[in-house]
Amino acid sequence: MTTRRIAVVSAGLSQPSSTRLLADRLTEAVVRRLRDESIDGEPIDVQVDVIELRDYAQDVTNNLITGFASPRLDQAIEKVTTADGLIAVTPIFTTSYSGLFKSFIDVLDPQSLTDMSVLIGATGGTERHSLALDYAMRPLFSYLHTTVVPTAVYAASSDWGAVDADSSASGQPSLAGRIERAAGELAALIRDSDRSSRVVDPFALPAGFSPVGGYGAQ
Amino acid sequence: MQFGIFTVGDVTTDPTDGHTPSENERIKNILTIAQKAEEVGLDVFALGEHHNEPFVPSSPTTMLGYVAAKTSTLLLSTATTLITTNDPVKIAEDYAMLQHVADGRVDLMMGRGNTGPVYPWFGKDIREGIPLAIENYALLHRLWTEHTVDWQGKFRTPLQGFTSTPRPLDGVAPFVWHGSIRSPEIAEQAAFYGDGFFANNIFWPKEHYMKLIGYYRNRFEHYGHGTAEQAIVGLGGQAFMAKNSQDAVNQFRPYFDNAPVYGHGPSMEDFTEQTPLTVGSPQQVIDRYASMREHFGDYQRQLFLMDHAGLPLKTVLEQLDILGEEVVPVLRKEMAKDRPASVPEGPTHAALVAKRDAAFASAPELVEGQVA
Repeated sequence: MTTRRIAVVSAGLSQPSSTRLLADRLTEAVVRRLRDESIDGEPIDVQVDVIELRDYAQDVTNNLITGFASPRLDQAIEKVTTADGLIAVTPIFTTSYSGLFKSFIDVLDPQSLTDMSVLIGATGGTERHSLALDYAMRPLFSYLHTTVVPTAVYAASSDWGAVDADSSASGQPSLAGRIERAAGELAALIRDSDRSSRVVDPFALPAGFSPVGGYGAQ
Repeated sequence: MQFGIFTVGDVTTDPTDGHTPSENERIKNILTIAQKAEEVGLDVFALGEHHNEPFVPSSPTTMLGYVAAKTSTLLLSTATTLITTNDPVKIAEDYAMLQHVADGRVDLMMGRGNTGPVYPWFGKDIREGIPLAIENYALLHRLWTEHTVDWQGKFRTPLQGFTSTPRPLDGVAPFVWHGSIRSPEIAEQAAFYGDGFFANNIFWPKEHYMKLIGYYRNRFEHYGHGTAEQAIVGLGGQAFMAKNSQDAVNQFRPYFDNAPVYGHGPSMEDFTEQTPLTVGSPQQVIDRYASMREHFGDYQRQLFLMDHAGLPLKTVLEQLDILGEEVVPVLRKEMAKDRPASVPEGPTHAALVAKRDAAFASAPELVEGQVA
């Protein structure tokens, strides 16, 4: 059996939160697709780690101040950075991702998400903020050298009351339809990922490094 | 095993009474604290170097020169000397001079410095931090081991026929430590030269430094300076003590809660659990630090940060009394237990001279070129 690991980061603040609800819907759809797949004739063992950032809010703040992660935050960071794929969902506050979400991103090593496949999602009171996914979340993950799938999923409050049939009426895909499309994009990338099985050498020296320097020292 | 204190030289308001020492008061206090270190039986006093407020030690050799005159056994060191923004030629001269003035009681710890603006203030670029540390130290090392140096590099003007003066005392350069929080390049550099590696240790969990020190030890062996167990390791530490541990907690808490580095962040309980900071009875400090070698291997130098966060001079001197009289004597015994004879003691000038002489006697042709 081949294992693929998915990390889910949810930055909702209330409990229960619609952000977590969206994260769970996205996760369920990705996991279902992967379990229907096989690699070399073998089923895929899909493991999911959900990080509710609310539970780490104080640890994240302390990390910003002290420069190091508490043991429990360190474990959460390890789960996120060594996954095959990441589902990242934040509420949109004041035109952008929430402060807690960005603070969590800020305590990560900027190189630690390189090559990660990412599905971005967001929630908000109205659909007027949906473009925050494309002007804030997507550039953030591009900067971190991740692969962000083309479909980002935004759920406004009204989406939770809409029925699938709406898609035909409005000409727009429903929330369920958007979730399925995004999940398909991410599942395809996770299927082919070897990220979680990579061994990283924390003491790898830069290529060409010499302890005496390369500029005329003998 | 050497025990001592290190200071960053911060001017910080005492949160309990609002008193902010003047620069003059803080400078004089640091000089008093250094002399107290010898008085209570400690081996080492190490001074930071900073070029920005609220820190006062911009000119470490001036202060250490004064301490040298006022003490007789105390080893004077730095924590750290900025190998990135200082001219290595001036470091070579300043510290060789101090070495003569102090009759050899001098070593240094190289560090890069993490204050962004200091780099451009001294005409450097922080993005070149590692290349600066590598090239500048390579030059410094040559200036101390070779009499006349022809040199060219990327970061300073070339040298033709240059001799840094005075030559190191007895032809033996001051011992050098390299300090780093997370860069394997610096651990590699320390291992390459057979120099010491110092892990500040006080602001991060020990697991992180255990890996970095393990890496340095392996590379030290790789470069042929001895076994991994013989690599020269120093650790930082931090303690606040009272006879009753609850008194220590109550007394230190306002300083912890308002400290420049970690104040207004984690609770003192979390921080003492996650880092080597120990607040409690002298016995608690003994227990905590006696166990360090279980994590890092037998090591050569333990320095404590005792005078930051606005602690008044009187309190710092009381802390040094406890450290020197109750804690360090016990730690010396604990650290000596089952310590393999092959593990070197903390570096001293006399030991380095003896080592050089022994090498010269056994293979003069190998060493002759390095005698200044």
